[in-house]
Amino acid sequence: MINFILLLVIYIGIYSILSLSLNLIAGYTGLLSLCHAAFFGIGAYTTAILMTGAKLDFWSAMLISGVISSLFGILIGLPTLRLKGDYLAIATLGFGEIVRNLMINWDSLTRGPMGINNIPSPNILGFKLIPSQKWQYVILVWLFVIIIFFILNRIMHSRFGRALSAINDDEIAALAMGINTTKYKIISFSIGAFFAGIAGSLFAVFNQSVSPNTFDFMLSIMILCMVVLGGMGNYLAVIVGTVIIVTAGELPRLLGFSNVIPPQTNQILFGLILVLMMIYRPQGILGRKRLDFGKIIQNSIKKEV
Amino acid sequence: MSFLYTDSLRKEFGGVIAVSDVDFKVEKGSITGLIGPNGAGKTTLFNNITGLDTPTEGCVFFKGMDITNLASYKITRLGIARTFQNIRLFKEMTVFENVMIGRHFKGTHPHLTKNSFINAFLGLIYVKKEEKDIYENSLKWLKFLGLENLHSELAKNLPYGKQRGLEIARALATEPELLFLDEPAAGMNPFETDELMKLIKKIKNLGITIVLIEHDMKLVMNICDNITVLNYGKKIAEGNPKEIQNNPLVIEAYLGKSE
Amino acid sequence: MSLFNISIQELAQHLINGLTLGGIYALIALGYTMVYGVLKFINFAHGEILMLGTYCGLFVFNSLKTNSSNPIIIFAFFIVAMLIAMIFSAMLGIIIEKIAYRPLRKAPRLAPLLSAIGVSIILMNLSAVLFGTKSKKFDYPFDNTALNFLGISITPHQILIMIVCIILMVLLKVFVDFTKLGKATRATSENQKVASLMGINVDFMISLTFAIGSALACCAGILIALEYKVYPTMGTMAGLKAFIAAVVGGIGNITGAMLGGLILGLLETFGVVILGIPQGLKDTIAFSVLIIILLIKPSGILGKNVREKV
Repeated sequence: MINFILLLVIYIGIYSILSLSLNLIAGYTGLLSLCHAAFFGIGAYTTAILMTGAKLDFWSAMLISGVISSLFGILIGLPTLRLKGDYLAIATLGFGEIVRNLMINWDSLTRGPMGINNIPSPNILGFKLIPSQKWQYVILVWLFVIIIFFILNRIMHSRFGRALSAINDDEIAALAMGINTTKYKIISFSIGAFFAGIAGSLFAVFNQSVSPNTFDFMLSIMILCMVVLGGMGNYLAVIVGTVIIVTAGELPRLLGFSNVIPPQTNQILFGLILVLMMIYRPQGILGRKRLDFGKIIQNSIKKEV
Repeated sequence: MSFLYTDSLRKEFGGVIAVSDVDFKVEKGSITGLIGPNGAGKTTLFNNITGLDTPTEGCVFFKGMDITNLASYKITRLGIARTFQNIRLFKEMTVFENVMIGRHFKGTHPHLTKNSFINAFLGLIYVKKEEKDIYENSLKWLKFLGLENLHSELAKNLPYGKQRGLEIARALATEPELLFLDEPAAGMNPFETDELMKLIKKIKNLGITIVLIEHDMKLVMNICDNITVLNYGKKIAEGNPKEIQNNPLVIEAYLGKSE
Repeated sequence: MSLFNISIQELAQHLINGLTLGGIYALIALGYTMVYGVLKFINFAHGEILMLGTYCGLFVFNSLKTNSSNPIIIFAFFIVAMLIAMIFSAMLGIIIEKIAYRPLRKAPRLAPLLSAIGVSIILMNLSAVLFGTKSKKFDYPFDNTALNFLGISITPHQILIMIVCIILMVLLKVFVDFTKLGKATRATSENQKVASLMGINVDFMISLTFAIGSALACCAGILIALEYKVYPTMGTMAGLKAFIAAVVGGIGNITGAMLGGLILGLLETFGVVILGIPQGLKDTIAFSVLIIILLIKPSGILGKNVREKV
């Protein structure tokens, strides 16, 4: 039981990184990307290949995974980010499918549908993690969640983040304010992809194996659900959304109902969440967080008086 | 040489000529009015100058520099700001944030501003300084427009007249040398229009050159130094308000030909 | 195999295969394009309407079939099953629009798209629960031995597919171009506000658009099922490719959707044969085509450039 809960906590951590990074792309910048699972997968596969084939250490493999995911983000971003909303969604969906097809068919690199097994557990400062000791992974994963949360939060409270919000709100007005919208969208996309790659890397060493079908379209949808449920453009809310969705998904197993409830129930639930949230509460359960500059302004008004 | 001028600028939309070989010029420090009946091509001319659209033929020169095919954001950075006919505020952002966006590319460390993403990442000291600079400047422009007490309202919740004001504040925050106003008095009552007139004069006194599209003739004739008249995409007249008022071609364009 | 050592017969063979595939894409693409025309959003659940319609056709046909052994009567049953399934899909399309899209008509652009993705997932998984994930087969209504013309083989199914596609497309074209109702559909997709001022019931026109698009998709689904199988995720890939076809032809343009479907069908067939793209990467062709067309001419072959007014 305790192991199961720890497992749940680890998954929530990994998915939180995914939903946080998608929130930057979709929630703040307003780019509906349906290929987040692909970036996740590229990260996981890169780590798997580097650690089993090239025998690289975990940290280097993780960094390279992030960078490669990010490069793919730029690669897909350059041609498609000029597209509006739904076109972008379809193009990214297509990209995700291409990546999965390549994972299945590029046998020499990815070992095809079987995937890559026996990924060594990471060695951190001379301390080798043991897969059966789940708490070690809890610490590792959540350390990253906290760091990434901090970084993304910082980004959003900066001038860069403000520009992303502006692009989301009105792209033409943003251009007229001197913002290089294309560049910013691509940077946003590549940062999101970078962190998704990091999540993939963590997933690979925790799961110790990767296979193509993990990284399908449904996973992208699930991540999107977490963002939508929590509230687009609010990092804390997105983590709440992730906790709810992952827990709800695992609940049947937790309660021992997994034989009674068909596996599709989860997905039906995701679908319902999307439809109902859009109709009744498009801003998510917690809504969008807004920076309050009131105090700063009041202070500086006072100072002058 | 004029501060800004176009050299036989032409814009076609799939065979329809919206702007036809127009030579439009703006003198430094002046207020130039751009008038003409609906559909005369005024906004199209604006869009082609400010880079939201690219001309089919012809050139645009600003301070002697060819800016014809420059990206819109680059033109803004060179010192040309604008407002929009159908108000384009960042609706989901607060009044203060809207003006802050106007300060986006300005900073005490212009060379570092370029990598604002890396800076944000590191949270360095000068980032904080720069942010402080943004706060203070944004506040200055809010006060200039008398909007400082509305700072935390969402832009979409402002009344119409204030939205127009905010759009001007946001444009001013980019510290332009040249400001394009697209129908600033549209939808305003006479009292608001009077206020606007004072505001435009105040902006001129800051040393900012202004170009405005406007249908309110009282406003145009009162504050413009020069007026250019467009009709069916062609320039039919230019001159000072008095000359324009007495120009038979202009009277014909507005009132039709007397038989 | 390359282009140079391919015989004329083989070329013609692939041309026929490509055209039948393309015809099916075109039928599905019409639904996307018509809905995009009126509502300016992608009906993500289109592929799932296709799937459910096909299941409906399958059940109706299987229960009717047992009543007779005369091949002509069985064929008549098949047509009846197809019509019933089309009506069922049309109603499904109307209901989905009413429940999941209509409340969002004034919402930001992303909202209806997300809602549509939600509907698509619900339908797909619900039918997996109801009908099982195992694929079912249409029992062929008639003999499907390939006929031979000058070394080119055509199956009766392919002939049926072509005939149905041609009939439906001609009917649709006539409806849209020459009837009063068709004119109203075009007016609605041009400008909803003005159309409603002209006395057109916009809600009705939108429902009608969904009904027609869904019925066509259902028809395409049953035609696919003749050659392949019926399973809960059958609509997803078919739907995506048809959407790509609609984009290639110019989304919102009915002739464009037909053209785009045929082009995509041919590209897929010849891509595998001539360019030697492995079967496993066949789906990649369509997505690459999408990205390329969006780069070169985002409005598609027959589409108009839509400009945002500033």
